[in-house]
Order: sequence, then C-alpha cells, then structure tokens
Amino acid sequence: MNWLTPLLLFVVTWLAVFASTQFAPVTGVLGVPLTFVPAMIVYAALTSHLWLTTALTIFAALALDSLSANRLGVSVLPLFAAGFLIHTRRQVILRDQAYAQFWLGFGTAVLVPLATLIVLSLGQRDPLHGWSTVWQLALNGVFNGVLCPACFALFDALRRTFDYQPVAESSFRPDRQIKRGRL
Amino acid sequence: MRSPQVGSNEVFKRAHYWTLGTVTVLTLLLLNLPPSAAGRLKLGVSSLFLPLFGLASTGQSFVDRASYALLTRGTLISELERLQQENEQLRLAATQARDSLAENLRLRAMLGWQPKLQWKRRPAHVVAREPTTWWRSVTIDFGTRDGALINQPIITNEGLVGRIRAVGPTHSEVALIGDPECGVAAIVAETRDTGIILEARSSAVGDGYVTFRTLQNSPSVMAGQQVLTSGLGGVFPKGIPVGEIADSRSMEGGLYTEARLRLAANLNRLEEVWVIVP
Repeated sequence: MNWLTPLLLFVVTWLAVFASTQFAPVTGVLGVPLTFVPAMIVYAALTSHLWLTTALTIFAALALDSLSANRLGVSVLPLFAAGFLIHTRRQVILRDQAYAQFWLGFGTAVLVPLATLIVLSLGQRDPLHGWSTVWQLALNGVFNGVLCPACFALFDALRRTFDYQPVAESSFRPDRQIKRGRL
Repeated sequence: MRSPQVGSNEVFKRAHYWTLGTVTVLTLLLLNLPPSAAGRLKLGVSSLFLPLFGLASTGQSFVDRASYALLTRGTLISELERLQQENEQLRLAATQARDSLAENLRLRAMLGWQPKLQWKRRPAHVVAREPTTWWRSVTIDFGTRDGALINQPIITNEGLVGRIRAVGPTHSEVALIGDPECGVAAIVAETRDTGIILEARSSAVGDGYVTFRTLQNSPSVMAGQQVLTSGLGGVFPKGIPVGEIADSRSMEGGLYTEARLRLAANLNRLEEVWVIVP
C-alpha cells in the first residue's frame, strides 16, 4: 500500500460526510437524510490496516458530529466499533462477494445509528425517535447495502487508474536462453 | 520455545487492545470536554467543509442562472404581468397597513402603551441539513460577522422556522421547530388560548406536523385555527405565524388540550430564510 489509498479514502469520506448534509429534495421525499459513511467504513475495514481504519472512523465521526447537532465525539465509538469488528473478523468474511458486502453495509448502517442513539440517550439531551426511526434505519441500511459493492468497484477502479500496476509475469527467463556457439 | 506464528498473533492482539483503549479514552475525553471547548473544536472541524459549502453555493447559483436562460419570452412576459398585478395589490394593502399602523400608534400613545417593536430581517441561505435522523436542524450562511447571535428567530415568508442554536464566524446552526431544543410559546389567534409547541414525536422532518399543548383544557381549539407565537419566553417576538391546527383532543381527563399543528413553513424545502435581528 502506498500513500494513495489512504488519501483517496480520506477525500472520499470528506465528500461523503458533506453529501449527507445536501440533497434536500431526496430528504424531503424520503423523510430521511441518506448517509454514505457506513459503506466507506466497511470498505476501509475490509481492505486497510487497523491504523487507517481507526483514523478514518475517528475522522468521519468527528466530521459528522461537527455538521450535526450531536455533541462532539458521540459518533466515535459506534463507528469505530463497527470498523474494528469487521477488521478483526475479515479473515472469515467473503469480502469479494457482493452479497457479503451488501449485508455488511446494511448491518453497519443500521447498527451504528442505533448505538449512537443509545449513547445519546445516556446523556442530557433526549434524541427524537419513534416508529419513523425504524423506516429511516431500514432505508439507510438498504442504501448502504447497495452502496457498499459500488464503493468497492469505485475504489478498485481508482486504484487501477492511479496506483502502481503489478508487473505481468512472463514465462521468458533470460538464464534459460539457449546460446548457440560456433560448435 | 514459542513459534513465530504465536509471537506475531500476540503482537497483532496487543495492537488491537492498544487501539481499542486509545479510542475509548479519546471518546471519553471528547464527551467530557467543557461545552465552550467542545464548541470551539466542533467549529474547527466543521471549517474543513467551508470550501465545499462555497463550491455548493456557487454551483447552485450557476444552475439557477442556466435555468433562467432556458425560460421563453412568453413565460417571462406572463410572469411580469402577474407580478405587476400582485405589486398593485400589495401597494394597496401597504397603504391600508400604513393607515392602520398610524392609527395604532396614536391609540397606543393615548393609552400610554409602549410602541410595538418592528422586526428587522436579514436574509440567509440554508447551506446544510442535519445528517442524522434524531435532531431537526439546518446550517445557514449567517455568522457572527453578519451579526448572528444565539436565540435569534429564523422565519420564512410563510412562518416560523426555528432559532439559532450555535454560531460561528461565517455559519450558524438553527434548531428547527420540533427539535427538543426549540420550544415555542404560542397562542391560538381565534380563541387566544396559550400553550407551547412540544418536540416532535416523529424524527422525520418530512411530516410537517408538531404537537401544540394548551396550558388548560380548551374545547374551543379546533381544526383550521391559526397559531402564532405568543411572545412569552423572550425568544420569539409576538405574532409570527407558526401553523394551522389539524386536529385536537382533550388529554388527561380534560386537564389540557393537545393539538396536531400543520407547520406554515415547509421545513423540507428551506432554501432562503430570514434572520430577525434586534
């Protein structure tokens, strides 16, 4: 891994957090702001080192909290827990399979907000929740489930475009070359 | 003798424990920061997004200008005629309002009452919405350098939107009606029953309804009546339209009345708002 993958991950996460605060017509129709961050965390946890996953989850959580009415730091532990759990179990996850990516994206998008709600409920301010929360979680879950394979495809394409390419191996070996002499 | 595999596993596990411990300590530190320090840190992190806010508003104005170029001459002429008619009606209404205001001021002076304060409004754009589902808030491009202060009311031409919750140099965070931090003292225009607007039961902004609770049982509160700010509480000036009662019911064996209020301002379609400044 070189510097490019971490840089791309941070830039895309920065854009993803910003995108979560935009698209008013979509929010108006669906009644829920769509978040892109869980899919990013799943991708980072399955493909990157632990330090990068940790740094990315902290960055994403602080960025989300700074643009929302959350107390700063509320989202850190839930997002990190998701990234950490996926990272530690990634040897037993079929990470190249689209359905595995879908369910990881779905689960992360449902469980992270739930955990954040629990952390918030322990504080002084009681967050708004009700039956509509179930709909919001389900919608964000499906959205991130679909986004997760797309995220893998996007980053694979970016890496193919910008990263060092593996050297293609050839069957030709110079030491096996037949040198013909005079006799 | 330990195998190299066992040794590397231990190092791997130790790194995990260290990371877990560090993040837990960091979270506890952040959550226990004093509010002023947390606010400054939040402002610092959110400033990372200022270039994107600028880019988004530039893109929006570009799209607007491009859409103007697509309008046909016929559409523009019909719109001009409609605006001219509306302008004439508004001029007439303004003349009548000026007469009423002068009469009101004379009567107030005769009775020795204080003159009513006029609102001063400053325009602002909504640049970001709440990314979570459990708060109701938006961010506007109106900060301390424009004269923003905490608790300044935010309105649209239709009615009340909320109040400023936190301020930064260039942007402010607005708590919308229905958020737990935006209680509003209100009055029913027709019956003069006073009450408060409670936090929304649903976390969805899209439904456009909040709950209005009167201070005593008020059977005369009915669907279709207008609700305005009452001026009590000191945050919102008196007389800002809040919404219309959709339905009402008596609660707790007739102790008080609770009504569903359809908000006058569409909180989902907020683009331009007015900040009421002193």
